[in-house]
Amino acid sequence: MLVTTIINGLVLGGTYALLAMGLTIQYGIARIMNLAYGETIIAAAFLAFVLNSTLGVAPLVSLLVAAPAGFALSYLIYGLMLHPLVKRSKGRASLEVDSILATFGLLFVIQGVMLVFFGGNYISYTYMNFGIDILGSSVAANRLTALILALVLGGGLYLLLTRTLWGTALRAVSVAPQSAPLVGIDADRAARFAFALGGALATCGGVVISMYQTFTASSGVIFTMKALIVVILGGVGNLAGALSAGLLLGLVETLVATYVSPGLTLAAVYFIFLGVLLWRPSGLFGRAR
Amino acid sequence: MMKGAFVWAIFALTLAVLAAAPFFLEAYGLGLLIGLLGYVTLASAWGLFSGRTGYVSLATVAFFGVGAYAVAALNEVLPYPLVLLVAALAGLGLALAVGLSTLRLAGVYFVIFTFGLAELVRQLVTWYEINVTGTLGRYIFMDLGPEHIYWQLLALAAATLFITWRIDRSRLGLALRVIADDEVVAAHLGIDLARTKLALFALSSVIVTLVGAIQAPRWTYIEPAIVFNPTVSFLTLVMALLGGASRLWGPALGAVPLFLLFEWLSANFPNHYSILLGLLFIAIVFALPKGVFAFAEMHLKTRGGEKRIVPVEAESKP
Repeated sequence: MLVTTIINGLVLGGTYALLAMGLTIQYGIARIMNLAYGETIIAAAFLAFVLNSTLGVAPLVSLLVAAPAGFALSYLIYGLMLHPLVKRSKGRASLEVDSILATFGLLFVIQGVMLVFFGGNYISYTYMNFGIDILGSSVAANRLTALILALVLGGGLYLLLTRTLWGTALRAVSVAPQSAPLVGIDADRAARFAFALGGALATCGGVVISMYQTFTASSGVIFTMKALIVVILGGVGNLAGALSAGLLLGLVETLVATYVSPGLTLAAVYFIFLGVLLWRPSGLFGRAR
Repeated sequence: MMKGAFVWAIFALTLAVLAAAPFFLEAYGLGLLIGLLGYVTLASAWGLFSGRTGYVSLATVAFFGVGAYAVAALNEVLPYPLVLLVAALAGLGLALAVGLSTLRLAGVYFVIFTFGLAELVRQLVTWYEINVTGTLGRYIFMDLGPEHIYWQLLALAAATLFITWRIDRSRLGLALRVIADDEVVAAHLGIDLARTKLALFALSSVIVTLVGAIQAPRWTYIEPAIVFNPTVSFLTLVMALLGGASRLWGPALGAVPLFLLFEWLSANFPNHYSILLGLLFIAIVFALPKGVFAFAEMHLKTRGGEKRIVPVEAESKP
């Protein structure tokens, strides 16, 4: 029982870590607080569901469609909607307010589109729904795949950002957006790219989630919420922080759901969030500013 | 001073006409006015805090729902005035908990906290109702006609506008204007940032809670999914933004056309309602970042009309 719970917690945590990495890139590098992030996730989950139920495409294959689609769509959203706001803003704070408001509107647009197409029902499909024996307890194969996928994608992204010149440039923009242009980095392009990359991670996360969870057209808000909390826990822009905070959150949530009550998971998440705000506002792994 | 007296006379006259409205309107018209007044009050209360501090609150419906639920839970136990008092206290408690933990920090923590607050409260109420009381929905049977609800809302709306007017002219209002312009300067002037923001947030939240409490008897049947509907937060925000959240009359005047538009949209395009709302919202953020009145004023000024002194408005925080 405990082993199953812990593994399920790690699966959920791995997914949260993946989602939070996308958001931390969008917020840390592109400086956009994207409240429609969860809607991107759910849209990808619907995509995986439709491909699976109509054409019989495996979710692992739909990733090949979802990730580029997420990238392109986010690139477009940034170019059309957010870039004018960035140009207009006079400072960090006014951009924050503008981006919060604009993406809050976007949230309702995307959610509305999904409601029109799929209605408000709970959706799920079965994929790799058999047990695999780990340490004497049975874990669903789809969950295990989800965990591996999250770790591979998250790890790949981490290497990309820390080991390549291109990734270093992105991180430079995150640390010092004013100084980055001085060393020949196109901060504008970096922001656009970071936002699109974050969108691609969100859609990957959405496909992963659809493999083992039920979802509805309106559950995006909760995912945005949790991803945001993981980002704060890990420290804004901190990938390793997002990874560990995501795993922690998934574990806590699963433990609460199993041993206390499934109805109190969000309360547990908020409790942790509150604790971090009071105790270490710069994040569990962030440096004090 | 003549102008001041004139404005007061118009205010009093409008209030009197509105107060007499239930004697002339049939049920549908009165219902429409109740909804409209509810949103006028919500948007004004939102502007009172968010418009003046630049802290975007996305949790309107959390307080609104708490108010409605307090009435649903207590309407058979306590007399009505006490029920309202308890509802207001519940809203105050929630506001203090949120404010104390986030308002000392950067604005973004506040936004994140309020973003999920309604969902948190909804889940907690649902959990409590299922596990402790064993039911999900509640009934409200009260001896209140629609006209009583209407008059209460009208009084609350007038009180909200009056309080906002007073605050704008008080030391608190001056402090807020400094905070909105530059928090560092404000701190150096000896303004207690956290306390000022907290006081305003608590006040605005109590008003929102009371709107929920007063409107609750209209539903008769209440369950968490009904009273914690995120569209309420969304509509409130759009209305306040359209009119200009930092102005006294902005949110109220933004609420009137938008409420009627939303009524029409939800009747004619029920399926595409939230898409249209979202697009409208984005358009407002783009075209009228400071509200339609600031836009009109700016336009008149650049057209080279009469030279007049435009009052310094509290801009959104830089």
